[in-house]
Amino acid sequence: MSTKAAALPRLQEEAYKGAWSWITTVDHKRVGILYGMTAFSFFLIGGMEALIIRTQLAGPEGTVVTAGTFNALFTMHALTMIFLVIMPLGAAFFNYMIPLMIGARDVAFPRLNALSYWVFLTGALFLNVSFLVGTPPDVGWFAYAPLTAKAFSPTHAVDYYIFGLQILGISSMMAGFNFIVTILNMRTPGMTMMRLPVFVWMTLVVQFLVVLAFPIITVGLIFLQFDRFFGTHFYEASAGADPLLWQHLFWLFGHPEVYILILPAMGIVSEVLPTFSHKPLFGAPFVIFSGVLIGFLGFGVWSHHMFTTGLGPVADAAFSTTTMMIAVPTAVKIFNWIATIWGGRIRLTTAMLYALGFIAMFIIGGLSGVMHASPPVDLQQQDSYFVVAHIHYVLFGGSILGLFAGIFYWYPKMTGRLLDERLGKLQFWLQMIALNVTFFPMHFLGVDGMPRRIYTYYGTDGWNGWNMVATIGSYVLGLSVMIFLFNFFRSLRAGKPAGADPWDGATLEWTIPSPPPLYNFARLPVVTSARPFWEVKYASAAQKAQMEKAEKERGADHIHIPPPSYWPIVLAFGMAVFFAGWFFNYYVNVAGVLIVLAATFAWVYEPGH
Amino acid sequence: MSTAAVAHAEETSLGQPHLKIGFWTFLGSECFFFGSLIATYMSYRGHSVAGPFPHHGPPHGTGILNIPVTSISSFVLLTSSLAMVLALAACQKGDRKKTSFWLCMTAFFGLIFLGFQAYEFTEFYHNGLSLTKNLFGCTFFVLTGFHGAHVSIGVLWLLSLFVINQREGIPVEKSLSVEIAGLYWHFVDIVWIVIFTLVYLIPD
Amino acid sequence: MADTLLEQETHDHPTPSTYVKIGVILTVITAVEVSIYYIPAMRGVLVPLLLVLSAVKFLTVVGWYMHLKMDPVIYSRLFFAPLLLATGMTVVLMLLFGHFFPHAKP
Repeated sequence: MSTKAAALPRLQEEAYKGAWSWITTVDHKRVGILYGMTAFSFFLIGGMEALIIRTQLAGPEGTVVTAGTFNALFTMHALTMIFLVIMPLGAAFFNYMIPLMIGARDVAFPRLNALSYWVFLTGALFLNVSFLVGTPPDVGWFAYAPLTAKAFSPTHAVDYYIFGLQILGISSMMAGFNFIVTILNMRTPGMTMMRLPVFVWMTLVVQFLVVLAFPIITVGLIFLQFDRFFGTHFYEASAGADPLLWQHLFWLFGHPEVYILILPAMGIVSEVLPTFSHKPLFGAPFVIFSGVLIGFLGFGVWSHHMFTTGLGPVADAAFSTTTMMIAVPTAVKIFNWIATIWGGRIRLTTAMLYALGFIAMFIIGGLSGVMHASPPVDLQQQDSYFVVAHIHYVLFGGSILGLFAGIFYWYPKMTGRLLDERLGKLQFWLQMIALNVTFFPMHFLGVDGMPRRIYTYYGTDGWNGWNMVATIGSYVLGLSVMIFLFNFFRSLRAGKPAGADPWDGATLEWTIPSPPPLYNFARLPVVTSARPFWEVKYASAAQKAQMEKAEKERGADHIHIPPPSYWPIVLAFGMAVFFAGWFFNYYVNVAGVLIVLAATFAWVYEPGH
Repeated sequence: MSTAAVAHAEETSLGQPHLKIGFWTFLGSECFFFGSLIATYMSYRGHSVAGPFPHHGPPHGTGILNIPVTSISSFVLLTSSLAMVLALAACQKGDRKKTSFWLCMTAFFGLIFLGFQAYEFTEFYHNGLSLTKNLFGCTFFVLTGFHGAHVSIGVLWLLSLFVINQREGIPVEKSLSVEIAGLYWHFVDIVWIVIFTLVYLIPD
Repeated sequence: MADTLLEQETHDHPTPSTYVKIGVILTVITAVEVSIYYIPAMRGVLVPLLLVLSAVKFLTVVGWYMHLKMDPVIYSRLFFAPLLLATGMTVVLMLLFGHFFPHAKP
């Protein structure tokens, strides 16, 4: 690909040093790095929460933590892993890679992008400040009413939950609007929707899920806040209300949320498998369409989380049907992935191992999920460790393994260096073994009747053995993450130089240097297929001559780089003040609103954007 | 507004401005926000244990909703949408004076609507319906309250555009900013169309 | 690539007088809605009539004031898909809370 270009902006390069440059950055690549670093830090925190949980449950009648602390631990472990790890790790990849993969120089709204990160950080800190003041949320990550009512949860614990989630929701929605417009409206010439990489398509579906599902939980949380702060009765049975309303609103959001958690990983796997099989993705249109269908159907299954609440046979049957239907497009994807590898020239790099591991683990998680889809079976499985097994197979075996595939695949692009493959493979195998040792026995524990969210159990329950096994497995998982951290930081300094295209990739991100320059593409590429780089690299001599001629005939590109801005962090600060006001008094709320308004006006009038 | 986005609209994949695509997506998401509020209102209809109740007639007797007054406020909001669309037309023709006039009228009608809401809320409160009195109070005030908050933000937005137009003018190339404000305003109007029908006109 | 910006600008654009006419129609429909509320004989068909009339108002404002009818179809898709999904969600919730069959056993 031609890299000749007209005068390239040098100005902003100088502003690229120091902490202030990070605080005011509107460069999608830097925003992606910020998301990734923050998310991984919370992965460590959430992991420690998990290890304490597993230590407490290693044997019967454990005394590592009290029941109250245990409640906070499993609540915060889930909230952390879902909202502060998996979602922002996905966001890190959306931010860094989407513009590169569609041949764009940035996202549609660069400052809004930066804002979504600062608001995310605000929400993450808000939620975790609750630990520092001694009242972390302790009502389970789905916070069922009426436990969350003021009468039963009088401390601020639930309020941290409410406002933490509201702030995080705002962050996700901002990013959602940004990426939808970016993907729809900033594709390089020739990149039709069906030529988009599958990772980009899955991201598009995820963003629609975000902007449509989060408003529902926003309303549910508003009702909860009003009940707790203003004495309304949205979830109060004595006033004629139904606490189940919370469950409906929560799961109407919650189910699309789990697809938000898995689709990015599926997108990554859809990129990694073809690259390391040296074959195009089999049936790419079907994989894309299945992803869209999963997103759509995901709005119709929510009450499968409520089979044990007495909805009645008609509702149970309806939701059971829709839930089983949603397994079909997932299966279509799995068959297409297998068909992609079949007959390919396979290279078992760490990224590829992770992608393959994803498929195997997600199948197991999917099978336990299909079991849950049957109401009579779910009657026994609900709220037991069988569900814990399911969750962790799909979220660790699925999302996390998929995200690690992405990390090993795209780290060279972001840093210019390769991660160490030997350490990577050691990490992979440790994780594969450890996650199965940790979570497979939980199926048995669940069938054996061990409930979720209990802080201890008796020696006579018959659960000792598997719990000990699971705990040992969890420690090995922790070790594998340490190996990764070592690999990550050592490779930053001493990893093998990667070059632009270490994997012989097919998509546009591999056509530019590693790490990419500020402006990504010197010339926006013109694309004629879904595998543009393979088209170029493997073209015949005649085709290559034709491409070079076409390149020469194009004029120089006009490159506009938006200048840095501090209004995003100021606006995020205003938002933090507004939400903190609920813990103090209305003057603080008003101050927050005024800061947000002032920052908005300044933003609109900022020159250069 | 982002001049870069507007100026390069022709270079976009869909040939449309980023802001307009983003804003219609936002309106799609607002359908879920108001949809959840409305779904709750409708699901809890008739579940209040004690009065006051919304409508006249069995089984409760007198109702607290004032249909004639709310019909007038609904008419006011509908008319404000007309004013808004005339403001956009004026802006797209480069008629600075008319743009200011119609922006002002839209905001003015919006303020009248809010005045009616304030009157209605205080009347209800004096007749015994508070936010916490019963389920009807909870769902009614939160639904119409958030709608009113949206109207208030809209009025602020329109007045800002009015001030900008008075000071430096909004040229035809920047009429997108008036168009986007218009989309927001009309959306708030159609949400009220739904609320007026489901809450006020459909009896128990 | 970017194809139809020029074409869109030459689509027929409603004039101010058209907008006023639409405003009058919307007012008339509102008046009809309020009137049938007060006619006891119409109580039987009140709900379906109101739903139809308000849907007409809704779609008129969306189609003409918000210009969806004359704009590229992408905007209609971005709006109507969520609208339909949200409506479906509302109806299902109403069903689950017994709104349509208040005395039915679950």
